[in-house]
Amino acid sequence: MKPVDLAGFALRAILTNRRRSGLSLVGVVIGVVAVVTLTAIGEGALRYVTDQFRSLGSSLVIVAPGRNETTGGLPAAFGGVPNDLTFEDALAIQRQVRAVKTAVPIALSSAPVSQQERRRQSPIIGATAALARLQRYEIAYGSFLPETEIDRGGAVAVLGHTVARELFGNASPLGETVRVGGWRMRVIGVIAERGTQFGMQVDETVFVPTATAMRMANKSSLSRIILELNPRSDPTAAIERVKEVLVDRHDEEDFTCISQDAVIESLGSILHILTLVVAGIASISLAVAGIGIMNVMLVSVSERTAEVGLLKAVGASRRQVLLVFLVEAALLSGAGGLLGLFVGEAIVHVGRLLYPAVDAQTPLWAIGAVLGLSFATGVVFGVLPAWRAAGLDPVAALRSR
Amino acid sequence: MIRVEDLWRTYQMGDHALHALKAVDEVIESGEHVAIMGPSGSGKSTFLNVLGCLDSPTRGTYYLDGRDVAGLPDGELAEIRLRQIGFIFQSFHLVARLTAMQNVELPMIFAGVPAAERRARAARALEAVGLSDWSGHLSTELSGGQKQRVAIARATIMGPSLLLADEPTGNLDTHSGAQVLALLDELHRAGRTLIVVTHDPAVARRADRVLVMRDGEIVKRVAGASVTDLASLFDFGEPTP
Ligand SMILES: Nc1ncnc2c1ncn2[C@@H]1O[C@H](COP(=O)(O)OP(=O)(O)O)[C@@H](O)[C@H]1O
Ligand SMILES: [Mg+2]
Repeated sequence: MKPVDLAGFALRAILTNRRRSGLSLVGVVIGVVAVVTLTAIGEGALRYVTDQFRSLGSSLVIVAPGRNETTGGLPAAFGGVPNDLTFEDALAIQRQVRAVKTAVPIALSSAPVSQQERRRQSPIIGATAALARLQRYEIAYGSFLPETEIDRGGAVAVLGHTVARELFGNASPLGETVRVGGWRMRVIGVIAERGTQFGMQVDETVFVPTATAMRMANKSSLSRIILELNPRSDPTAAIERVKEVLVDRHDEEDFTCISQDAVIESLGSILHILTLVVAGIASISLAVAGIGIMNVMLVSVSERTAEVGLLKAVGASRRQVLLVFLVEAALLSGAGGLLGLFVGEAIVHVGRLLYPAVDAQTPLWAIGAVLGLSFATGVVFGVLPAWRAAGLDPVAALRSR
Repeated sequence: MIRVEDLWRTYQMGDHALHALKAVDEVIESGEHVAIMGPSGSGKSTFLNVLGCLDSPTRGTYYLDGRDVAGLPDGELAEIRLRQIGFIFQSFHLVARLTAMQNVELPMIFAGVPAAERRARAARALEAVGLSDWSGHLSTELSGGQKQRVAIARATIMGPSLLLADEPTGNLDTHSGAQVLALLDELHRAGRTLIVVTHDPAVARRADRVLVMRDGEIVKRVAGASVTDLASLFDFGEPTP
């Protein structure tokens, strides 16, 4: 018996009972759609997060005050109040660690921003000129913060797109004065519209020199020091060296130093595992669909008992009868798998149009796995009905009906 | 040549055994045309099914062309049914979703005959039974007589030497029945062994020999030409109660 003929015979049987075949397909389709869409979302989220990190620039290291702020180590009170992170620290790192190209001291706060009667609350980021390069800010008008010594303040501000529009409407804010937390600042630039990046709403933010931001917020410690590494330098070695320099200055490790690559990596693997788990759960629904196929095939076998008898009478062996029904089940579930793939991909496509930020895309491994799995489902759950058909006594089978 | 010795087919019904065949001994020569008659339930179909390797005897031996086939595994029995035996049933047993042509092709599919050759052979077989114009029709669109002729084409497509027909005209009107019988005669004349189970004395008269069965045994063997009516045939010389 040739595979083509087997498939043809099975296909005719499937097409004869369209409604029933269709219903058993639905189960498989749902399972496959679940796998296809969920893995697409998972992979999309993974790509989204990694892209966000990548947009920060290649090799960045971030130093924050306090021990282990991400992994939640000993609270500050336990080892005493951590030393401030200062401009001197930033300068020391920049001078003493060769791998560090630039150190950008960052001060984060929030303040009311006003222009005449217009007023809003805004996040304030104290930064230096290099931040625009590291974060790839596009300047719509004017310029970003001026290149100066990193601890030098100044009464200048750069506005995010939304802040500029809310305070100035369509008028150009360049050279105008805004009040930031009671300080009068001259607007020297506006950043082009950017959208949310990493939870930081650049469009809503006002940028001022770090020293000024610290004085405004009455802070003694920097919030972060962002270190830009020289290309081709090893982040791990650089971090070690940064730690040495800072421990030397603080007499203890009262700061946290993380490389962006490490964060991407661990976040990536967490998301990947999540995707796998979700795909695994979704493929359980394929097992449920398999039971549906088994039911349909069992009904089919009992309805076609006389046909089985006839097939045996004209010379089909047990093995051939088994194959006939097994191929039928596998074709059913395989077709369900293909259909599910199309429906799932269509849904993913629509999702991509609706939420372009999350670039949802079903990974190839998931497509392969789900097609193989749905085909295997038919084979596994088709065994029992096929085995029952093959075992029918031809004489009794011919007598039935 | 068919030779069965001490052939039994026993159905175990709870605590008592039902013998559908009881110690049957018979020899049927190659090319012979034999009719099997007997009251309903006498074991005619059971005998035919065992001869067709569709059923296995509970006891006894069955030599088909010199080969002991009684205890062969399923695969080899299937091969024998495929190549040496053709079955024709009272209720035709065409596969409803298939066309006449596809029904005739069925055995060749299991034999692995390539599609083109299959179609050519099926077309010739349908022509031989006078159904060339019906090859593309679903079996549900055919009359009873046409269905049985398709079934005959299917039974002979692999060139079997043994044809077994279980009441082949039982569901047919006289005219269609006559066509079917004519075809069977023709196949027999071409050299095939033909065994027909029938209730119709007119059908039995065409056979070389008639085996009369009762309660699982062959109780009478007569020449086909001597058959007149059922009453005399089934008169087993016993006092009726
Ligand atoms: N599967 C079966 N189980 C039990 N008894 C059976 C079975 N098949 C046939 N029989 C019995 O065997 C006997 C012979 O049946 P059968 O060969 O069909 O008779 P016939 O064809 O002469 O009418 C009958 O009594 C029938 O009831
Ligand atoms: Mg019978």
